[in-house]
Amino acid sequence: METIWFTIIAFMLVCYVVLDGFDIGAGIVHYFVGRNDKERAVVISAVGPVWDGNEVWLLATGGTLYFAFPALYSAGFSGFYLPLIMVLWLLIMRAAGIELRHQLDNHLWTSFWDFVFSASSILLAIFFGAALGNVVRGVPLDGTGYFFEPLFTHWGVKGETGILDWFTVSSGVVAFVALAVHGANYLALKTDGELNVRARKVVGIGWFVLVIVTVLSLGAVLNVRPQILDNYYAMPVGWLIPLGVVLSLTAIKYFSAKGQDRNAFLASSVYLAMMLGGAVYGLYPNVLPALDPAFSLTVTNAKAGAYGLSVGLIWWTVGIIIALGYFTFLFRTFKGKVSVEEHH
Amino acid sequence: MGLAPLIVILKTFAIWKKDERWNNTARFWGKILGITFLFGVVTGIPMEFQFGTNWAAFSRYAGGVIGQTLAMEGMFAFFLESSFIGLFLFGEKRLGPKAHWVSAVLLFIGTWLSGWFIIATNAWMQHPVGYEINPDGSAGLTSFWALVLNKWAVFEYMHNMGGAVMTGSFAVAALGAFYVLGRKQVEYGKMFLKVGVIVGCIASIWMLFPSGDLQGRMVAEHQPATLAGMEGLFDTTNGAPLVLIGQPDTEKQKLDNAVHIPNMLSFITYQRWNAQVKGLNEFPKDQQPTNVPLLYYSFHMMVGLGTIFIAIMVISAFWLWRGWLFGANWLMWIIMLSFPLPFIANTVGWMVAELGRQPWLVYGLFRTENGHSPMVSGGNVLFTLIGFFGMYTVLTLLYIFLMLRRIEHGADELGALDISLQEESSQPTGY
Repeated sequence: METIWFTIIAFMLVCYVVLDGFDIGAGIVHYFVGRNDKERAVVISAVGPVWDGNEVWLLATGGTLYFAFPALYSAGFSGFYLPLIMVLWLLIMRAAGIELRHQLDNHLWTSFWDFVFSASSILLAIFFGAALGNVVRGVPLDGTGYFFEPLFTHWGVKGETGILDWFTVSSGVVAFVALAVHGANYLALKTDGELNVRARKVVGIGWFVLVIVTVLSLGAVLNVRPQILDNYYAMPVGWLIPLGVVLSLTAIKYFSAKGQDRNAFLASSVYLAMMLGGAVYGLYPNVLPALDPAFSLTVTNAKAGAYGLSVGLIWWTVGIIIALGYFTFLFRTFKGKVSVEEHH
Repeated sequence: MGLAPLIVILKTFAIWKKDERWNNTARFWGKILGITFLFGVVTGIPMEFQFGTNWAAFSRYAGGVIGQTLAMEGMFAFFLESSFIGLFLFGEKRLGPKAHWVSAVLLFIGTWLSGWFIIATNAWMQHPVGYEINPDGSAGLTSFWALVLNKWAVFEYMHNMGGAVMTGSFAVAALGAFYVLGRKQVEYGKMFLKVGVIVGCIASIWMLFPSGDLQGRMVAEHQPATLAGMEGLFDTTNGAPLVLIGQPDTEKQKLDNAVHIPNMLSFITYQRWNAQVKGLNEFPKDQQPTNVPLLYYSFHMMVGLGTIFIAIMVISAFWLWRGWLFGANWLMWIIMLSFPLPFIANTVGWMVAELGRQPWLVYGLFRTENGHSPMVSGGNVLFTLIGFFGMYTVLTLLYIFLMLRRIEHGADELGALDISLQEESSQPTGY
């Protein structure tokens, strides 16, 4: 039962990263794709109707995590106290940037919110990457089942670690580049003319950087947590995941170069899913590894009661089917390209 | 939550009477809802996170139970709301009138489902049911339906949603009065007044009876110490009086300058004039509400304001029925100026619920002092609290600024800009 919930939460997290990932990514490349006020309005319009629904995946994932693994929720969220609160501030600013920009037709006003939108998107990508890096590296959990990490200490991965060290910052950089490429793919899909050309150009350059940082991050992970390969040796079917990473990376380049933006976007979605899936596959059965493995939180010692988990499976299944229905309908209603001319 | 059903009413009028003006009012309040919704979303996200960040020990204790309702809110309410607010605000042209009406209804259902799951969560903290205590000391769920259909949740929900509708209808009526009195957008002002006053009249009576009455009896039955604190009743009394005004003195254990109605509290609580109502002194000190004066004032402000709302709305509804309302400037002034009051009443109402539950996070089971995150230091909490204070201040100013602009533009302008609005709806720019 707990393995099912582990898989469910991993699935929801992947949905969140793929969906909110593209609008955060759009924020990262905001200034590269949109060169003037009008063009930047187009970027905002491309994410306008969908960002809120995308972000709800974060809330739903958080809620489900709380429900299935309460001990993880309380240890993780209080342990990552400062960075999580900063993520909240960034989420607030980003939402304001997207939604308030068009409320006033004034150059100062729009410039200000453009900056807020882009800066908060960049920082969010780095924070989320660093958060995943922390989980992979392990945290200083002790016998109480809690831990607390300051934002930074000596930037090393041993001893008194901080949220930010060389490894977690490097994960942040990977997330930043990956979401930039993903967001640029989305904008290429949603725009035409010069914006489309520029978005593809960002994908092209970003792709080279992404290949490099992906390889480097793999090396870093193996250095910091060599145990991550244990599951792969035990269940070799997992090797399909790194294969998927390679294939999707290739596909991004191939489709983007051929001008098939939709396929390129799907490829970068697969890439994100594979990268995240690969980490999660290696972590199981840990949900939050401790620096001292004896104190790690696992699916067994962090889970909620058996009755609650089985009841949850019923309503969750109903809920996710309905939710996927809404999303299909929403994206269909707002499909098609957004163009400059249609804006005043 | 209060505006959503009102918008459904406005949209229904538009289709039923085939009158485009009703559609304009729906669009106008839809814009207001859109901005308000945004601010609600961004300021609400921290609340879910807070269970983990600031109340980790509580979450570890109760997550196995209230995780259910909070996760269900995400799955059933958030997805519904977030999808259909986008469709409602930008999809009018793409969807057509019928489907657009449906999107308004689904948005309404989404916000009200969200309300249900939150109230069910709070109700479990007020009146825990359907649980067992696990060997490790945490609470585990034993009955899903007991949690979701907690009797406390039913009454609390009735009362809370009534409060939301009342607040929404006061806002609609007050803005209507503002337009009529200001001789601007008079036609729309009258439409706002009609809908606001009729719905507001029903909602304000509903807040007293049956919802307030039922909620009060739940408190009397399951949280007698809370009831004593709310009423400022220190000693157990047969035939307890209902206090209208008075200042509790917790040192001397008495109420100063009390103005009261004899035997009334006993009657409304137990329907007997001489029934015994337990006073605070009946309970051990560590089981009494921790801040009796604030609880007492919150409760009396809520009830006092509720009484004023009934008076205003019943008179306005009568004047509307007789056709006198739009000539009665004095009454419209009262409606206009009373617009902040329901917000205050809602706030103090929630203070009654939360202060009244003290010293418990989960009534009778888990104390507030044990709920915080053990590893997060006071300095870190203060840092984030100051940050939130700053950020929310900025958001408040932005919200007021944007609201004033909307009000200045009015509903009429949305009608005149009908074509550009449809362009906007075909190419959404955000709300």
